[in-house]
Amino acid sequence: MKVRVHVSLKPGVLDPQGRAIQHSLEGLGFEGVNDVRAGRLLELDVADSVSDEALDEMCRKLLANMVIENYRIEKVAA
Amino acid sequence: MSGFRAAVVTFPGSNCDRDMAVALEEVSGAPALRVWHGEASLPEGLDFIALPGGFSYGDYLRSGAMAARSPIMKAVVEAAGKGVPVLGVCNGFQILTEAGLLPGALLRNAGIHYICRTVPLSVENSSSLFTSGYAQGQRIAIPIAHHDGNYFVDDGVLDRIEGEGQVAFRYLENPNGSIRDIAGVLNEKGNVLGMMPHPERAIEGCTRRQRPWTRDVRSIGENAGFSSFLFQRS
Repeated sequence: MKVRVHVSLKPGVLDPQGRAIQHSLEGLGFEGVNDVRAGRLLELDVADSVSDEALDEMCRKLLANMVIENYRIEKVAA
Repeated sequence: MSGFRAAVVTFPGSNCDRDMAVALEEVSGAPALRVWHGEASLPEGLDFIALPGGFSYGDYLRSGAMAARSPIMKAVVEAAGKGVPVLGVCNGFQILTEAGLLPGALLRNAGIHYICRTVPLSVENSSSLFTSGYAQGQRIAIPIAHHDGNYFVDDGVLDRIEGEGQVAFRYLENPNGSIRDIAGVLNEKGNVLGMMPHPERAIEGCTRRQRPWTRDVRSIGENAGFSSFLFQRS
């Protein structure tokens, strides 16, 4: 089973990388980009027997830092 | 203090472990024990544990995230629970937050850049076992060298750690965007300290000398240094 874990900074947490990317886009002449937030995408290949609870625990224990980040689990059809 | 037993933990990618060991020997008179991250236990009867700076595991995932889950950290968490003093500097601070021994997290510097220079700090809590050699509000200068030093904690926890006196040091000129200028944080019991500045780089006369680019240089006064910083309890 393929699983995508999307990790993003919580709203309100400053994202200097996102801001720098936004400035770069402006520098390239793209207009109307109000904000950019940089996140992280993790693609996991796991056995079908792995439970939703276990995936959730992986996110909370390692893949995301719950102090600053949110995560979203997406199961991808094979 | 020749019986002083300090241990320095080395992770793959640590690069201040030797400096830390030299500094600990300098101030305690006893050589520091060296512990590899893959060990399951720490030496017996430790008086002090140091997690050094560097780029453990190449900062993969998040700074300190992998190291915080390495085998030795279970033993460090256990020792901290028993009251053994634990100091994390720079990457060591990041590891302590990732391990849940300290509140908050270290984000990318607000200005994006890696910063390496000596910065002025104020001592915000001079009653901890790490800082009792300083006067309350004393101004000191210690080098920083980091990319992810922007301390963040949510408002509720922030008010709690401020109220409990857990803020050990504050930047006088915030270099990295840290919330309320926080440069160093204690745990609730006061036996775990994490800080981005490198006190182990401020013990030799040649490195402690105040740099011309440190503004406000005259008012900082002589750095009290690592020895008064660490070893009040011995």
